[in-house]
Amino acid sequence: MAISVLVLSERIAGEHPEATFELLGKGSKLAKQLGGELAVAVAGTDYPVQELGGADVILELAGLEAGAYAAPIWEAGVAAAIAASSPRVVLMSTGTVGLDLGGSLATRFGGQLASYVIDLDVDGEEILATAQLYGGKMLAEVALDSFICFATVIPGSFPADDGRSTGSPRVERIEVGEKPKAVAMAIREPETGGVDITAAPMLVSVGRGIGSSDNLELVQELADALKVPLSASRPVIDSGWLPKPHQVGKSGKKVKPSIYLSFGISGAPEHLEGMRNAEMIIACNTDPGAPIFEVAHFGTTVDLFDLVPELTERFGG
Amino acid sequence: MPVAGKKQLPDVVELESAIVKSPISGREWDVSGSFSRMLNPRVLTDYTYAGFAKIASLTGGESLQNCYGCGKCVPVCPVDLVGEYGPRKIHRRVQTGLDLFKADELWMCTTCANCLRVCPKQVNMVEVMPAVREAAVAAGDIPEELQVVMEKTFRYGNALGENPRKRHAWTKGAGVPVRVLSGDPGPVDVLFYVEDYWSYHPRGQQAAQAFARLLSHAGVDFAILGAEEKTVGDSQRLAGEKGLFEALMEEVVQVLDKYDFRRIVTPDPHGFNALVKEYPKYGHNYEVLHYTQLLAPLVGNLPLTNRIDAKVTFHDPCYLGRHNGEYDAPRTLINAIPGVELIEMGRCKGNSYCCGGGGGGMWLDGFNANHLTERLSERRVREAAETGADILAVCCPYEVSRFEDAAKSTGNERLKVMDISELLDMAIG
Amino acid sequence: MKIVVAMRQLADLVEELEVNADGTDIDRDFVKFVSNEWDEAALEEALCHKDDGDAEITVVALDEPDVDQTLYTALAKGADRAVKLTGHDPEGWIRTGDRAAILASWLERDDFDLVLTGVQAADDLDGQLAGVLAERLGVRHAAVVVGFHDADSAVQVEQELGGGTVAVSSLELPAVLGIQAARQTPRYASITRIRQAQQTQTIQEVEISAGGSLGGTVRKISPPKKRGGAEMLEGSASEVAERIAELIRSKGLARS
Repeated sequence: MAISVLVLSERIAGEHPEATFELLGKGSKLAKQLGGELAVAVAGTDYPVQELGGADVILELAGLEAGAYAAPIWEAGVAAAIAASSPRVVLMSTGTVGLDLGGSLATRFGGQLASYVIDLDVDGEEILATAQLYGGKMLAEVALDSFICFATVIPGSFPADDGRSTGSPRVERIEVGEKPKAVAMAIREPETGGVDITAAPMLVSVGRGIGSSDNLELVQELADALKVPLSASRPVIDSGWLPKPHQVGKSGKKVKPSIYLSFGISGAPEHLEGMRNAEMIIACNTDPGAPIFEVAHFGTTVDLFDLVPELTERFGG
Repeated sequence: MPVAGKKQLPDVVELESAIVKSPISGREWDVSGSFSRMLNPRVLTDYTYAGFAKIASLTGGESLQNCYGCGKCVPVCPVDLVGEYGPRKIHRRVQTGLDLFKADELWMCTTCANCLRVCPKQVNMVEVMPAVREAAVAAGDIPEELQVVMEKTFRYGNALGENPRKRHAWTKGAGVPVRVLSGDPGPVDVLFYVEDYWSYHPRGQQAAQAFARLLSHAGVDFAILGAEEKTVGDSQRLAGEKGLFEALMEEVVQVLDKYDFRRIVTPDPHGFNALVKEYPKYGHNYEVLHYTQLLAPLVGNLPLTNRIDAKVTFHDPCYLGRHNGEYDAPRTLINAIPGVELIEMGRCKGNSYCCGGGGGGMWLDGFNANHLTERLSERRVREAAETGADILAVCCPYEVSRFEDAAKSTGNERLKVMDISELLDMAIG
Repeated sequence: MKIVVAMRQLADLVEELEVNADGTDIDRDFVKFVSNEWDEAALEEALCHKDDGDAEITVVALDEPDVDQTLYTALAKGADRAVKLTGHDPEGWIRTGDRAAILASWLERDDFDLVLTGVQAADDLDGQLAGVLAERLGVRHAAVVVGFHDADSAVQVEQELGGGTVAVSSLELPAVLGIQAARQTPRYASITRIRQAQQTQTIQEVEISAGGSLGGTVRKISPPKKRGGAEMLEGSASEVAERIAELIRSKGLARS
């Protein structure tokens, strides 16, 4: 049987990321609909094989050393796997590797690409993708009809459990002939110590709506009064107002506190990815259309500058 | 005066050892900094003029050097009352080496003009500070809080960063028809220039709605610009963005030119100030009134039959009172309300205290918090509460939100803050 | 080092977006367009490299609504040259594939070491620009870049992998980098300086005819269905605060 769906495991070191199993689960359904096999491409040779039982075939990208990463090297490896397996659909996530490789591989193979995908289906000869646009404020239905189609999928869109089955996939080794003009040098782990927002039972989280670093103190006072850490969305971190370990979201930490209390966070998909599993989400944003209200349990459009001092007062700040 | 409970050491540079040779006698004098120094004749050579020269080279910056240190400005400076400030102190710090262009002090002046009122040398901080700020902003030195506001104003035409198309959303709750010129462009008597905070701030919107009802009761033919209105941006100008002010002026004038109106009426003393004083400098002349000036002569036409039995004190906005000399119109309106007893605060009229919102202060509360023992608005609210008043009446759109916050943070919640238009609206039977 | 910063306009997300008549795009007639915030980070990082003394910066953008303002602002901030590419419909939805083809066609005749652009944009449905552009130019690329420095004929790149983990790699120049964040908040260009730039500097216009769609057919666009969403707490700040305080206490997370 031919391979019809290829999933890329974006594992650079350690465990396979959660997204790999989400894609395997969805990929196996698509492969059945397309009448072919499901393959997973994996970097290096030293990886947990048995976990990939959801796939029919493992394509080992031999030239890719685990433990380091360079986009052109991975691109050459995945391109070799695609060339060897000729899938109809290639699935990646919207993580760093997917953002890196989706566009360049689609261009290289002359295929069509849909990004920020949250659902996929087969519709006759076409692959139908539902994708987010404008930070989740719109959804687009895109029909891909090229010979090979690419999708970069937002993590959390499909259940990971569907991709965690035992099995004994056959292993094929892919040799990478291409010599990219790049060197993968190192993986640098974040400095440990300091705040651990993933361990806190409750988080006070702040976003762009805070306006400036001078105003952070207001929210810090509330966090102090509640004796919980302050976390933040990407704009606050990128502006250097809070250090990196405080970031919640795709490029930050995934958190699961009992209460997630957010102020001035609109809820870009990348942020929601990091906090949507919190037990109770209370969101404050002056824009009643902010996407965060979609995942929040309780919301208010009261101005944070009015609300936060009131709350601080109630908790003895 | 201590700041945040800490004593501030004077920032004075005196050379420990200095010998000066007299150009006349050739004799050398020891002017080293020491306890007996004041007993010796000395030449002031340990200070440099460089700081003043840099400021004086700017248009508007010339007068700081005129200060002769009398200090009359310090006790009337609203910022000094809650921190270490005042033009004389700024003058001294520049003399001893402060680079005002890079200093936090640059952003603390609210341009309230109380110093200018008492200055025998006409040192004009209302011109000096904006001039230096403009140079600092051009060099990219601007507090983040303020930068965000400037960007929002440039992008959306309002300081709040709100959707320009929703500028007249408040009219829905007015209860009377409010004509929008873009849809109904015929001639009109009064162009009601709503400005930002009455357009967008929830408490401002209530005042705008009340004012629309008053105009309707008084039989005034009025209309608004709706989505075509942009802020005049006078506070942005005073906070150092003259370029933004000029860019806005071009657009404002372009819109005003489209319509046939007799006079402009605005609730915002800042916009009022610019339309009256700045626009003519560029050749744009309009008849402009503050809303209290429009209503005061018409107050007899309003059916003010509901008594409001309350003690009311009134805060003079700096840009209506001191800057433009209007102290009577708001008081005429307050006194016209049956039952109201007007109590003046110690600081009123020409010596009125400042709410802290002028000259960009509206958008620098976080920044200034590091330098002040309390906000100016908090200081003012405590003054208002001490009069025993039930209501603090205001007539500047910045003030309702500033004073309401301050009333809460100082534990004076019983003091209600109301715009004069809201008081009048309540009194209408 | 010659750095090209590719910038673009994007519908302002402050706006409430609406779908156009045939349901395949947003209604562009009443939307305000602003520059993509990640492109602003790319420009800032380029300017920081110039401040360090080793970069000449060209900003390039396709003709799109209000793009002149973005380009003049970049000049006011310190870019050396601004180029606007024309020859396409400036009012429509320019897909990544076409954008990359147009930029590549211009870059092929211009000299550059590095192209910087924002890591993503809110409407890049058919892929992120950096990778597509690099592939078309046949040069190296990296996305989610949070820092780089050049060493002779290569650039050392730091890419964020999530959770603060960073991958370091070395790419032979020329290369295209999708910038995630600059080392500092984008600097402020005073409106006076932007206006000066408008009066004293010019935007070079170059007509390009190129295209290369990557995307599939957009069948329809619609706002996401509300899944119930949050229970909205109404009332004054004080009332809402009290409700939230109760919620927090109900989880046993606060004493008072």
